[in-house]
Amino acid sequence: MTAEAVHVIARARAVRKTRSLVVIAVLAVAVFATFCVSLSLGDFKIPVIDVVKTLFGGGDRATEFIVNRLRLPRALTGLLVGTALGLSGAIFQSIARNPLASPDIIGVTYGASAFAVFAIITLGLTGVAVSAFAIVGAVLTAFIMYVLAWRHGVSSYRLILIGIGIGAIATSITSYLLTKARVEIAQQALIWLTGSLNGRDWSNVRSLAVTFVVLLPVMAFLVRQLRILQLGDETAYGLGLRVEVSRLGLIVVAVLLAAVATAAAGPIGFVAFVAPPIARRLTRSPGPAMITSGLLGALVVGLSDLVAQHAFGETQLPVGVVTGVVGAPYLMFLLARANRVGSGG
Amino acid sequence: MENPVEHSLAADGLAVGYDQREIIHDLSVRIPTGKITVIVGANACGKSTLLKTLARLLKPSRGSVLLDGKSIQQIPTREVATKLGLLPQSPTAPEGITVADLVGRGRYPRTRWIRQWSRSDDEAVAEAMTSTDVLSIADRPIDELSGGQRQRVWIAMALAQETDILLLDEPTTFLDLTHQFEVLDLLVDLNKSEDRTIVLVLHDLNQACRFGDHLIAMKDGAIVAEGNPSQVITEDVVQDVFGLAVKVVPDPVAGTPMVVPIGRHTSVQDTPTTNSPAAAALAASAAANGVCRPTDR
Repeated sequence: MTAEAVHVIARARAVRKTRSLVVIAVLAVAVFATFCVSLSLGDFKIPVIDVVKTLFGGGDRATEFIVNRLRLPRALTGLLVGTALGLSGAIFQSIARNPLASPDIIGVTYGASAFAVFAIITLGLTGVAVSAFAIVGAVLTAFIMYVLAWRHGVSSYRLILIGIGIGAIATSITSYLLTKARVEIAQQALIWLTGSLNGRDWSNVRSLAVTFVVLLPVMAFLVRQLRILQLGDETAYGLGLRVEVSRLGLIVVAVLLAAVATAAAGPIGFVAFVAPPIARRLTRSPGPAMITSGLLGALVVGLSDLVAQHAFGETQLPVGVVTGVVGAPYLMFLLARANRVGSGG
Repeated sequence: MENPVEHSLAADGLAVGYDQREIIHDLSVRIPTGKITVIVGANACGKSTLLKTLARLLKPSRGSVLLDGKSIQQIPTREVATKLGLLPQSPTAPEGITVADLVGRGRYPRTRWIRQWSRSDDEAVAEAMTSTDVLSIADRPIDELSGGQRQRVWIAMALAQETDILLLDEPTTFLDLTHQFEVLDLLVDLNKSEDRTIVLVLHDLNQACRFGDHLIAMKDGAIVAEGNPSQVITEDVVQDVFGLAVKVVPDPVAGTPMVVPIGRHTSVQDTPTTNSPAAAALAASAAANGVCRPTDR
C-alpha cells in the first residue's frame, strides 16, 4: 500500500465534506434571508436592513416592538418547526431506506391529528392542551406501529405498510369526529388540521427550543449509527451495530421531533417528506444529510409561509396549504418513478 | 494486521430455526484456521442458516458458536466485528453512495464517537481498496458499477474491518462466469497474503472443489461429509446430498474433483479416460506432477 493510495482516500473524503459544507453555508444564508424578509413584511413594512439591525439589538423602539414582540415568535416557530420536520423525515427515510417513510406519510402525524381533533371537538380544549394531546397521539401511534411491525425485529417494509394502515384509521377517526361537530368548532379544528403558524407566541418557541436542546445531542450521537443502519440489517449486524436498539432510539427521536412540531403548528404536510430528498440531491450525499435536511425544512416552511401570508393580497392562507401544493406533485413524481424503475417505492 | 493472534471459530451442538421451524438440529463443526472453507448443499439444506449463525445474525436455540473458545453471544457485538467480517448475500447500499464512502463505513467497529476518523482509518481503507483493486474507482457511485466490481467493493468494506475471519454468503450469485472467478481468485489472494480464515457458501460444486481447502457438505440441517474436496465430493456423497446421479472425474485444469451430472435423458458413456488417449494422458500427467490445486497453499 502506497502513500498515494492513502492520499486518494483522504481526498475523496475531503471532496464529500466540502460539498456538504458549501451546501450548508448557502442554505443557512437562504434561511436567514427568508427569516428576515418574513419579519419585515406585514401591515407595517420595515426595511430588511432595519430588521437585521433590530435582531442584533440595534433598532429603534417601535421597530423593536414590531419585530421582536409581534413577528419574531411566529417566525421562530416556523423556523424550528421546519427544522424539526426536516430532521424527522431524514431519520425516518434513512431508517426505512425508503423515501415514502416520512412521518407525514406513515401514520405518526395522522395520529397526532386525530388526538388533537378529539381534544378540540369532544373535550372543547384549546391552546397548550391541544398540543399536549397531539404529542400523546403521535407517540402512541408510533408505539402501536412499532409493536405491530415487530416480528424478530422491525423490518422497514412492515413498518411503512402498517404505518400507512394506521394513518388511514386515524384519518377516518378524524373525519368521523368532524362530521359530528358543530360547524364553528369543526372549522376551528380544520384550521388546526391544515397546519398554521397564525398567532404563535413565545410558549410555542419555548417548547420547541427545549425539545431541540434535549434531542440534538442524542441525535448527534445516533447519526453515526444511522449511517451503518442504512447498509441493511445484516451488514449492520456484521459491523457490530446493535441494530434493534439503534433503530428504536432513532425512531423515538424522530417521532418526538415530528410530534413537537405538529403540536406547535398542526400537521404541516409534506415538509418532512420533501426536505430530505432535496437535501440528499444537493449534497450528493448517500447519508441521512441531517443538517441539510433540517435547514431545507426550515427554508420550505419559511418560504411557504411567506407565500401563504403575502402572495394573495388580503387573504391569508394556512402554511399547510402551500406546502401541500408543493409536496403533492413530488409524491406523484416519486410514485411514478418508483414504479418505472420497479422498486415500488 | 494489528494483532498477530489467530482467531478460531467453531460451533458446538447448534440448533437454529426461524419461528417454530427448526432448520439445524444438532450441529458441531470446527472451521480450520487460515484455510478456505466452503459450505455446499442443496437449496434449503441450512447452509446459509449455518453461516448466519456463525456470524451471530441468528441466535441458536441450543448450543453455541465459539469465537476463540468463547460463546459469540457473550462477546460484545462490536468486539466480534473486529475479529469476524461478514458479507451478506444481497447487501443494500444507499442510493448514490461512492465506493470510498462505502468502504469507509467498514471502519465503524474500529472508530468511536469520541475517537473520530484518523489517518490509520484512511490507511486501512486504502489497503482494503488496493487489495481488491477498486482504488481507481474510489469516487464512482456504486450504482454505476458492474456486478463484479460491486462485489469487490463490498468485500473491500468487509476487509476495512481488518478481521482475521471473513464469512461470505454466496458471493458469486448474480455474477457471470468471468466475475465469479474474479471474486473467487480474489478470495484466494486474501487467504494467501494474510492467512485469513475464509468461510463461504457456494452453489457450484466444481468451484467449491477448485477454491476450497476444506468442504462441508450439508443435508437437512446436518453435516453429511467434511474434509478436503476429494474426500467430500464423491459420487455417493453427491447422490446423497443433492439426490442427483453424477460422475466425478478429475478437473482437467486443476485435478480437483469435477462433478458431471448424468440427468434423465443421457445414458452413461464409458468414462472418457479409458477411450480417449488425450484425456488419459492429461489425467496421468496431472497425477504425476501432483497438480491437485491451482497453487500450493
